[in-house]
Amino acid sequence: MKSTLLSKKNRKLLSDPLGDQNPITIQVLGICSALAITVQLQQALVMSMSVVFVMVCANMIISALRNVIPSRIRIIVQLVVVSSLVVFVDQVLQAFLPDVQEKLSVFIGLIVSNCIIMGRLEAFALGNTLWPSFLDAIGNAIGYGWILLAVAFFRELFGSGKLFGYQVFPDGWYEAGGGFYLNNNLMILPPMALIVVGLIIWVQRSRKSFPEDLLEEN
Amino acid sequence: MSINKDSNIFTFSFAIIMVLVVAISLAFVSESLSDMKKANKEDKKKINILSAIKVECDRENASELYEKYIKSSVVINSLGQTIENDNTDAFYIDVKKQYRNTTLSKEDKVFPLFIAEKDNSKYYITPLVGSGLWGPIWGFIAFQEDCNTIFGASFDHKTETPGLGAEIREAFFEDEFIGKKILDNNSSFISVDVVKGGANEGSYHQVDGITGGTITSDGVTNMLKNDLEIYNNYFKTIR
Repeated sequence: MKSTLLSKKNRKLLSDPLGDQNPITIQVLGICSALAITVQLQQALVMSMSVVFVMVCANMIISALRNVIPSRIRIIVQLVVVSSLVVFVDQVLQAFLPDVQEKLSVFIGLIVSNCIIMGRLEAFALGNTLWPSFLDAIGNAIGYGWILLAVAFFRELFGSGKLFGYQVFPDGWYEAGGGFYLNNNLMILPPMALIVVGLIIWVQRSRKSFPEDLLEEN
Repeated sequence: MSINKDSNIFTFSFAIIMVLVVAISLAFVSESLSDMKKANKEDKKKINILSAIKVECDRENASELYEKYIKSSVVINSLGQTIENDNTDAFYIDVKKQYRNTTLSKEDKVFPLFIAEKDNSKYYITPLVGSGLWGPIWGFIAFQEDCNTIFGASFDHKTETPGLGAEIREAFFEDEFIGKKILDNNSSFISVDVVKGGANEGSYHQVDGITGGTITSDGVTNMLKNDLEIYNNYFKTIR
């Protein structure tokens, strides 16, 4: 029964959520936060790191307690574990990164309601040992995070002309400097996040086959 | 003895122990970080106050520059009378908390005023607080020595819409207030309005509103009207 630490099966746990089983583009979970905090790369990065932390800790705690948690209150237990980790992250950000925390404001708290986290706890951590749960959490959280960063990259670049807060396009390009260029305000608004996510899904699906077809093959 | 995991006793004990563990650990975390959180809030407030008199600073040097520029402070009541109170430092008066407290009558509220000196000129800095579209907005306005002409303004908000109402904290909006006056030609209070569709050219009492941020803009207008009227009562006594 004992499998090596990075057996093929375990590697798949890590790599699948990055692409073929990506929580945002394939399972279409966690869309709400992808809309809200992808206006700037810095916010998306801090959000992704917070989700990685919460996800890994929660998955491992639930996995470690899986034989003790009374099944009748398991969802409540999962919620309590996730929300206390989220409060912890929020407190740490308030103390060490107050400016970013201010910008993310309520969205850190809303990690609690991120369906990816609850979904992985319920679907995976409750039935698996520590190490696979750890890999599953890392995979899914990073699968969520890289989409967030990709969306934020396009939105910040075309919406504000900046990356990580640093101006990319020279002043001369802008109307004020006698140029032709205008930042696209639509990029800053939430609907554009959906459109960018949609474009990523389109690219992914046109390169690989449709996930629905994969299911039939299996 | 094996434990029946489905029994009520086990379920309840599990829940109780879990809640205790979580509560104690979170209380510990919050308490051990509270000094840092408090310091961060104070730094932020200093940065906002200083930015009203156009002193750029960051969290690193905020305290140092605050000591350098802010020479004194007074606390007034809603009628504009100075309150003699050595115990309350104006800096620590939480105007936002006062604003949220709906049971507190206007007469019981206190209003801090900061007096700054920069390049041999005296400036009066008034904190303001009001409501935007989604949540609180606040700011600081610095007046020149005539207590009428605005020298600088800084606004901030908690949850206004990014790209729209949230723009009130951007320099382009704050800078519009420079040189505006709160008194009309007859020296009666008129405040400064944020006008949808654009201010009248040359007007001393209007600034351009933010497109798509009308409710936040109106929030700024109301905030200025309500709070500056009170400070104006005090300014009358020193003009």
